Amino acid sequence: MDIKAGLLKGDKRAAARLITWAENGDEEAANIIRECYHLTGKARIIGITGPPGAGKSTVTDKLAKLLRMQDKKVGIIAVDPTSPFTGGAILGDRVRMNDLSTDPGVFIRSMGTRGALGGLSKAAHDAVRILDIYGSDYIFIETVGVGQSEVDIVKLADTVVMVMVPGLGDDIQAIKAGIMEIGDVFSVNKSDREGAERTATEIEMMLDYNKSSDFRPEVVNIVARDNQKVDKLLEAIERHWEYLCKDNNYQDRKKNNIRTEIISLINQYIITSIQRNNHSNLIQSMVEKVLCKELDPYSAAIEILQSFNIVTEQQLDRQILK
Amino acid sequence: MDRPIRVVVAKPGLDGHDRGAKVVARALRDAGMEVIYTGLRQTPEQIVEAVIQEDADCLAMSILSGAHNHLFPKVVNMLKERGVEDVLVVGGGVIPEDDIPGLLEAGIAAIFTPGTPTTLTIDFIKQNIKK
Repeated sequence: MDIKAGLLKGDKRAAARLITWAENGDEEAANIIRECYHLTGKARIIGITGPPGAGKSTVTDKLAKLLRMQDKKVGIIAVDPTSPFTGGAILGDRVRMNDLSTDPGVFIRSMGTRGALGGLSKAAHDAVRILDIYGSDYIFIETVGVGQSEVDIVKLADTVVMVMVPGLGDDIQAIKAGIMEIGDVFSVNKSDREGAERTATEIEMMLDYNKSSDFRPEVVNIVARDNQKVDKLLEAIERHWEYLCKDNNYQDRKKNNIRTEIISLINQYIITSIQRNNHSNLIQSMVEKVLCKELDPYSAAIEILQSFNIVTEQQLDRQILK
Repeated sequence: MDRPIRVVVAKPGLDGHDRGAKVVARALRDAGMEVIYTGLRQTPEQIVEAVIQEDADCLAMSILSGAHNHLFPKVVNMLKERGVEDVLVVGGGVIPEDDIPGLLEAGIAAIFTPGTPTTLTIDFIKQNIKK
């Protein structure tokens, strides 16, 4: 099976296999994505995040169905946590999306976090790109159930939908830093339950305080299970897109995200190169020196970096030591 | 680095009992596998699509309704029709001894009946995946 040709033709098996390669850190995946990078950027990328059990999968399922009625091709990446102890995972998001799985215009992929801590999997960026090249019009990325600080989704999505539910805490929770700052659209799901209006009001009040952006996120109360008001949520998502399309908003957001990605790739390449080149002798000798106080750990780290020619002394003086 | 084995766990047909499938899913998780749990009342079409989109190494199906002789081979044949030949297919559930040879013949690699230690299933999958 020629994976690249298959992907370009929109073949599901080719896309699926390529995502596997990307997840496993296979060089071939990086090569194909590199060769096809110019084809990316056609899909709208929508992040779905929120606490565990808020209904992210159900919301994603219903939004995808609305888009299918408009004949849009939909890709879904659903991330669930990997066990830090065994490396195993139960990926259960498909359970809520069963009737989508036979729709030829829908591609659903479950991913484990495999050690990533920001609410996404390591290969989430790659998977989004693969589904973009594959021909999706919309790509949903459903994060793991988040707590308060897993905000990586904002670096990947054009629009972040924060799915909340009533009864998770008082209004102090809403003004804390972290995930509440990254929503472009807020949705109070299960809003047939007691306290939904109050939760929505608390989020509205929190948003009223934010003066940092000229965009005011909307709050939409829905009952995803019964498909109530999900169309209103989709409209709010579209209004955020209209805002992005104005002025340089979209470019600015993309630039920020690309910058973050390049920096994180640099980090990754440095770590991999240190691990691959097996400089354990050098590191070991530094450990000994630090242990007997001949050297401090800060200088040791810089010396190791210098030995890889990653940074020059002058750069270090400027950047790290100031 | 070892990559995790990806297993789709599915309950085909009209059968509301998934305790066994969940126990197996949990055991495979604890053995370091990525288990894609698809839930109850799956059609063969849904299962085949899940196996393809998830690029699974193994498909583990459980049936307690008695429809195994019909549904298991149907899924195996549909996978073949879609050109998927590199996925290990195993079955489990309340399946009479007499039916097992026919199912093995039809392309199910192994049948695990009630009382099977989960370690046996885990080892079988680890030793027999085709990718």
